Amino acid sequence: MRELAVVRILPDGRRMHLHDGPIDIVLEAFGPPDEIRAAYSAAAKRFVTVLDELCSELALLRQQSRPIATQPNGVVARRMAEAVAPYAERVFITPMAAVAGAVAEEILSAMTAVADLTRAYVNDGGDIALRIARGHQFVVGMIEHSQWVAHRVEKSQFPSLFGKVTLGFAHPVRGIATSGWRGRSFSLGIADAVTVLARSASEADAAATVIANAVDLPGHHAITRLPAREIVPDNDLGDFLVTRAVGNLTGNEIAEALVAGALVAESLLSSDLIHSAALHLGGETRLVEAESHYMSLAQPKPATLARSRVHV
Amino acid sequence: MSDADAIRCDACPVLCYIKPGRVGACDRYANHDGQIVRVDPHVVLDQTLSAGGAVVPFLNRGREWDGSMVGGPETFVTAIGAGTTYPDYKPAPFIISSEVDGVDMVTVVTEGIFSYCGVKVKIDTDRYLGPERNLIRAHGEPVGHVTTSEYGSQMLSLGGVHHLTGGTKSEGNVTCEVLLDLCNGNPIELTIDEGAKVIVQAGKPPVVNDVPEERMRVGCGSATIGMFAKQWLGKVDDVVVVDDHITGVLSEHQAGKLLGIPETGIKMKGRRSTPGRYFRVVEPGTAWGGTNITDPLSILGEFNSKSAWRGLRLLMVSTTGEHYAYFELDAALRPVEKELPIALRESVARIKENCEPALSTVLFMGGAGGSLRAGVTQNPVKLTRSVKDALTRVTCGGAPVYVWPGGGITFMVDVTRMPENAFGYVPTPALVAPIEFTLKLSDYAALGGYVDSVRTLSSIMNDDRSRHVQPRPDNPWPLGTSNSSRPRQ
Repeated sequence: MRELAVVRILPDGRRMHLHDGPIDIVLEAFGPPDEIRAAYSAAAKRFVTVLDELCSELALLRQQSRPIATQPNGVVARRMAEAVAPYAERVFITPMAAVAGAVAEEILSAMTAVADLTRAYVNDGGDIALRIARGHQFVVGMIEHSQWVAHRVEKSQFPSLFGKVTLGFAHPVRGIATSGWRGRSFSLGIADAVTVLARSASEADAAATVIANAVDLPGHHAITRLPAREIVPDNDLGDFLVTRAVGNLTGNEIAEALVAGALVAESLLSSDLIHSAALHLGGETRLVEAESHYMSLAQPKPATLARSRVHV
Repeated sequence: MSDADAIRCDACPVLCYIKPGRVGACDRYANHDGQIVRVDPHVVLDQTLSAGGAVVPFLNRGREWDGSMVGGPETFVTAIGAGTTYPDYKPAPFIISSEVDGVDMVTVVTEGIFSYCGVKVKIDTDRYLGPERNLIRAHGEPVGHVTTSEYGSQMLSLGGVHHLTGGTKSEGNVTCEVLLDLCNGNPIELTIDEGAKVIVQAGKPPVVNDVPEERMRVGCGSATIGMFAKQWLGKVDDVVVVDDHITGVLSEHQAGKLLGIPETGIKMKGRRSTPGRYFRVVEPGTAWGGTNITDPLSILGEFNSKSAWRGLRLLMVSTTGEHYAYFELDAALRPVEKELPIALRESVARIKENCEPALSTVLFMGGAGGSLRAGVTQNPVKLTRSVKDALTRVTCGGAPVYVWPGGGITFMVDVTRMPENAFGYVPTPALVAPIEFTLKLSDYAALGGYVDSVRTLSSIMNDDRSRHVQPRPDNPWPLGTSNSSRPRQ
């Protein structure tokens, strides 16, 4: 039985929560109150049909992206296909790799089409689309997940940021995405998390998936992998082996896997597909950056990095 | 493709094909024994439900529902599944009002993420589990330690922030797994350094070194003598109740003296405390009645020929009545084992009968931190004070809790009184536990609550994403009037 989409304002009275099937979005708009109201109502109106639109072409969206392939019809679906297209010749990828980012982008564009907002973010499960008007900026921080949770319970203030970026109007970054085997989607790699800054959320989403897949130690005995199909019969990854558990790795092994991912990230960077990426594995972090000021480590953290989380 | 038993979920148009025991793309619906069920729903304790198991499949729109009860005090919304759904929104996603006896009640429903938490386990056993303070391990990782012995029980402390986040990643993950399993009522195998292997499951008998524990001892050896002395009178000449703490001897014990039982010339090894009471006769162990002996005669010296006599009847029994032996002295005053006379079987059976069933019991203990409280009210300390003043009732999945005195809201709850699978975890690792705060709407406003966010119960019920369970009859009703009208201090 079809469950209805949930549209509500969170108890803080500021943020909006949208939920439908596997989609969970938290968004917030900034600007004059009337504009915020208009933006929220546009977001809700656009949101309630997004899942149905995607599902009407789901079979196509789960197929491998190829240079010459049937293109989907839906606005969001086309955005997904476009975001993964640059990778189609090199690796196996399906438009589903960009679904969260593409949905975030679509909701944001519905909001900005009707409202004059100074800033807005649409966070779809960690994949984030941003609006930044002239003269405004977002400070984006990466927080070590374990630390974040511990502090949330014990202290009211946030822990120190793991990495921090200030995104202004002039910066080209409007999308942030994170991928890794611990997330909700399957990964072919072993990265705890790969966070990518890119022009758009869908591009960031696709790139994070590709880089996270590349952080790997093929054939390593401590890594448990299963065919995706055995876990979820209709998953787009089919017979591909997806990571289910990562055992103890040595420092050298962690470095080796991160280098493999960083090489891919650097090639995406030189192709102008991403602006920067932070690769996390086993408490180690490797940064690949377009310009040094985009993403910089506030200070090295010896603590184990369980999972990174982007906080806006 | 071995997905013959996978089933379609039609909760949303993705129409996931879900294998048994797996969840769909949303992480919200699962294939539970061939049925699609909501796995993170609100658990609603429903007094109007008269039958049915603990889990009622969700999305049963056709289910008969007594509309008149909706919004009434018969329904209490627990925090299970209330969620701190990823990504991050504030705790206390649901603040619900329902009218109870004309007073608008507010239940603030949240799921707390507890890094500072653990379980206290009470193992009813006289068997020796291991030295106090020694580490307890699961899968080789330290997850807790042996703490005090209580009367007939051994206490274990498992979890806590140092095991969860202070050690290696593996230690934290294993600790989290152990806590989660214990809290959700699953069995866990623990090994104690220099001690025993114990299988612990909340509300079930402990299994010590592969032997299921059946009963708790009725009392220490000396107490057992006192309790049963009269019943032994005339049926036996002397009784030794073997105990690793205080071994009792009937003929020397005050109880025996009062009954006029004559000296028997018995000689105990060990240190005499007061007449008929001996310390350190045996060491703790996993053999006879929680001691290290297998032959009870090993704790006796030679009988004194001045007082003993041929044919003297001696019963040796453990404090649980599980182990016993009967002897008569031969001409050389040596004890010879004989079959237990019928007249004594009754007293041994009674010792056993008076020993309560041995259980492992698990109390979850956690502290509601500042941010969690901030999800309830803008001024967290007011919530603490309100709880201390008994204006606010704290429940955990609808179960009553004991709130520890002093600062903060540190509480304990018996996990067996909570609905099935009430606990979750986050990969931090930390446990996710439900916690509900119930108070008068007016009090809620006074302590700076999010009054604008209060929703009516019927809006939750109509939301239909909830799981209805029968309340446990032994739990006080969370919205009950007996306590909710407690006077202010």
